[in-house]
Amino acid sequence: MPWHARLRNLFRAERLSEELDGELEFHLAETVDRLIEEGLPEKEAWRQARLRLGNYSIQKERTREMDVVGWLETVRADVAYGLRQLKLNPGFAAVAILSLALGIGANTAIFQLLDAIRLRGLPVKDPSQLVTIVRGGNHDFFTAGGYYSREQAFTYAQMQELRKQQRAFSQMLTFWPTQFNLSAGGRSRYAEGLFVSTNFLDVLGITPIAGRGFSGEKDDKAVCSSAPALLSYGFWQRALGGNLDAIGRTINLDGHSFRIGGITPASFFGVEPGQRFDVALPLCADNVFAKDGKGRVFDRMAWWLTPIARLKPGWSVERASKHLENLSPTIFRDTVPAEYRPDFAKRYLKNKFKVISASAGVSALRTEFEDPLWILMAITGAVLLIACANLANLLLARASAREREIAVRQAVGASRSRLVTQLLTESLLLAAAGATVGMCLAQVLSRALVAFLNTANDPIAVPTGLNWHVFGFLAGLAIVTCILFGLAPAVRASSGAPAAAMHGARTSTATRERNGLRRVLVMAQVALSLVLLVAALLFSTSLQKLLAMNLGFDARNLLVASFTVNGLDSPERKKVLFHDLDQRLDSLPGVISAAPVRFSPFSGYGWNENVHADTDPARTGGKQSWFNRTGPRYFATIGTPLLAGRDFDRHDVLGSPKVAVVNQSFAKRFFAGKNPVGRTFRAEGLAGKPDDIYQIVGLVGTTKYNDLREPEPSIAFFPMAQDDQPGNGRTFVIRGRGSLDSLESAVQRETRQVNSNLLVDFHVIAVQIRQSVLRERLMANLSLAFGILAGCLSALGLYGVMSYIVARRRNEIGIRFALGATRGNVYRLVAQDAAIMVAAGLAVGVIASLLLSRYAESLLFELKAKDPLILISAAVLLAITAGIATLLPARRAARLEPVTALREE
Amino acid sequence: MPRSRNDKLQGTLTMLVLRTLEARGPMHGYGLCAHIHSVSDAVVQVEEGSLYPALHRMEQDGWISASWEITEKGRKAKIYAITARGRKQLAEEQESWARLTRGVARVLRYS
Repeated sequence: MPWHARLRNLFRAERLSEELDGELEFHLAETVDRLIEEGLPEKEAWRQARLRLGNYSIQKERTREMDVVGWLETVRADVAYGLRQLKLNPGFAAVAILSLALGIGANTAIFQLLDAIRLRGLPVKDPSQLVTIVRGGNHDFFTAGGYYSREQAFTYAQMQELRKQQRAFSQMLTFWPTQFNLSAGGRSRYAEGLFVSTNFLDVLGITPIAGRGFSGEKDDKAVCSSAPALLSYGFWQRALGGNLDAIGRTINLDGHSFRIGGITPASFFGVEPGQRFDVALPLCADNVFAKDGKGRVFDRMAWWLTPIARLKPGWSVERASKHLENLSPTIFRDTVPAEYRPDFAKRYLKNKFKVISASAGVSALRTEFEDPLWILMAITGAVLLIACANLANLLLARASAREREIAVRQAVGASRSRLVTQLLTESLLLAAAGATVGMCLAQVLSRALVAFLNTANDPIAVPTGLNWHVFGFLAGLAIVTCILFGLAPAVRASSGAPAAAMHGARTSTATRERNGLRRVLVMAQVALSLVLLVAALLFSTSLQKLLAMNLGFDARNLLVASFTVNGLDSPERKKVLFHDLDQRLDSLPGVISAAPVRFSPFSGYGWNENVHADTDPARTGGKQSWFNRTGPRYFATIGTPLLAGRDFDRHDVLGSPKVAVVNQSFAKRFFAGKNPVGRTFRAEGLAGKPDDIYQIVGLVGTTKYNDLREPEPSIAFFPMAQDDQPGNGRTFVIRGRGSLDSLESAVQRETRQVNSNLLVDFHVIAVQIRQSVLRERLMANLSLAFGILAGCLSALGLYGVMSYIVARRRNEIGIRFALGATRGNVYRLVAQDAAIMVAAGLAVGVIASLLLSRYAESLLFELKAKDPLILISAAVLLAITAGIATLLPARRAARLEPVTALREE
Repeated sequence: MPRSRNDKLQGTLTMLVLRTLEARGPMHGYGLCAHIHSVSDAVVQVEEGSLYPALHRMEQDGWISASWEITEKGRKAKIYAITARGRKQLAEEQESWARLTRGVARVLRYS
């Protein structure tokens, strides 16, 4: 009886019982009538009729298959039976549960991350109406100026014009993610900050749980140093102990105090999944932190704001996108920065807006990691499939061992569906146990995954707890796996002709046809493993290639210390302070050499401009080059050779001729590889300003700038002392003798002696380099781990099937021996059998790898996804593993004693 | 799922019920009992204890349908009728029954 019919019975159990009573009553009455007709007295007729019909209750008992209590009873019995079977074979149960748990756990962990950054809607009012605006158009979106955001950002002026002119949105907010330093002196402590338009909470429909939001504050008020700060629930708990009198107190952000105005609810993490926010300030407060005292609100070249808008009812994303595209020319015309030269302005005017859905928020994490995560999901899915195939094979083997038992039960009347249910119950128990262990494993794995992706510069906060999505996914996975590995063996086991099984199934020919499914499963395993192994080799080779890139400097034992000072207004005093710092660092015990630099390598920050060599008279259209500023001894400190000319010295100051040191790649690019020392070059200036002209005084070796993938970055270095706008901070690279930890504490001690308001931040370049290839490391490490796991599982599967086949073919092999076959013949027979399966699997695997390769292409560095060498190595590796897995069963077959084998017949 | 061949003994009762309903039209449980008993010259005794569970199972499987009606004697009785699926099942079972009896007959004749 199908389960839904039983379930219906649950609701009509009462009626069913009444019906049965009625029916039996009728039967009784008719029988009594007949007996009376036959001449029995009424009393005797009743007695006999009752006797014939038996007791009512017995009747009802016989029909119990239809009622729910009885069904539950059956389920209980099935579960007990399944548990007993598993207990009989604890080794099998352990292997099964463990391999399922690994597969399910890994899948769930990756799903949790994907769910958090991609699938879950923002925890705000009607997230489906939310959209964001991105850079569209068919040509490159032109952005010159300062870039401040990891998102696709826009200028304040563009956003204001857009808000005024558009008709598609009912509301529109803008935000800028940043970090605030909470510490007043010594080592920096950072809070994740957000600058937001004052309608931020209103657009999202969030009500503060204490205090109030920004409503009433004005966006473009020039100065709003008194603006309230909005804290997230998490930060309020962590930093202020969840104290309600925090409202109205002040908080120190980058050396400026702000009044705490409100607290957001616990569920609200901002608009970027994967990120958290601690403190939000209104946009107008940007001027407080600005060097020029005005802020980016007035800077038409500052690309910093990301918008989120709410569609008006009836507006689709496509319609809004079309509308904004049409508006684009007007908006960009009204916002051209005055500093742009005509050629820049022309390209700027071609820019177009585009609208995309933001129901799941906006996320840089998603942009970078969504594709890799889907690939990893596919990989872990394949591992789970391989584990399922193994289990199916094991269960098939066990089902054959139980053929006799099942045949007997069928013969005494057990129905087929009953047997299938019973066998499936066992699989379901395995799947449930696997899912439970997998769930625990997933919690550990997803936390490890988040920890892996979490870096100091870009902390991510992904809630890894269980939710209904994850739970549903997990349950679905368990059921699918159960059906995948359990159904075929159960159906197969119960479909045999009982008579044949009772006769004893060990005939010499009976096995062939029934092993077909097993063979297909092994082939599929081999094919899947090959695909995973190819992926593993591709990603790890790609990572190795990246890490083997020549940096051009020695990153070992190189520490970066960034200092910031607040509250020192006079540039003169700052200059003295940083000079003092330079001297002290250089003479610190344990320090070999230290030098200031504007952007340390792999910091993630950079500066580039268009350059013309002295022979090039063109005003515009120069080639781009990276720029940097350093103090004397920088090249010696990082270990880059000076190839010609000189390093900067104390004569290169403001007012003296502007000089530059360039690298070999720069010389190659602008001076055709000739020695450029003594030559000059121009960097394109802004509209109305003359180009800056620099004289090259030195040539150094080529170093990487921010990206390992950039083959030969051309860099021009300028002296630190010729910077006419020194900021509040200075960064030093320090090469030390001992450990980096002791170096850090020595520098920190020294910092406190120089000035108690001095803040310091440390970075290790080697770590930053590793973090710059985070995505590649994620793919390489995980795909390698899963590739190896897949290979092992497949080898296990092949071993199991070959052992089984050899065991089943004992008689046949015995006969062969009796007819004069040598041990070598038998050995070959078994090996050939396995080789055909493996070869077929490999062939399918190669084709699948080639078909799937395009998904990996974009994640590879200097490597084709169809690299033949990698395909061949993966196939050879797998073939060797398969060979080892076949060795044991083949040897067992060859060592068989013919007499023993035949006697068993 | 088609019932497999080894449910022979259960299948016989099913076949008898289906055949009776097909030949005689809708009938109640008591009638089925009495009919099979008399037609088979009292050779086939249908146990009431097997009949009713079998009827319910067949109803669940959709081979027969049931309705409550009032008999001539004014009693409420559950009347069963064969369905299209039941007819199909009957054909299959008759076919396999014929095969079985043919086989058995041959064995008796020739061995």
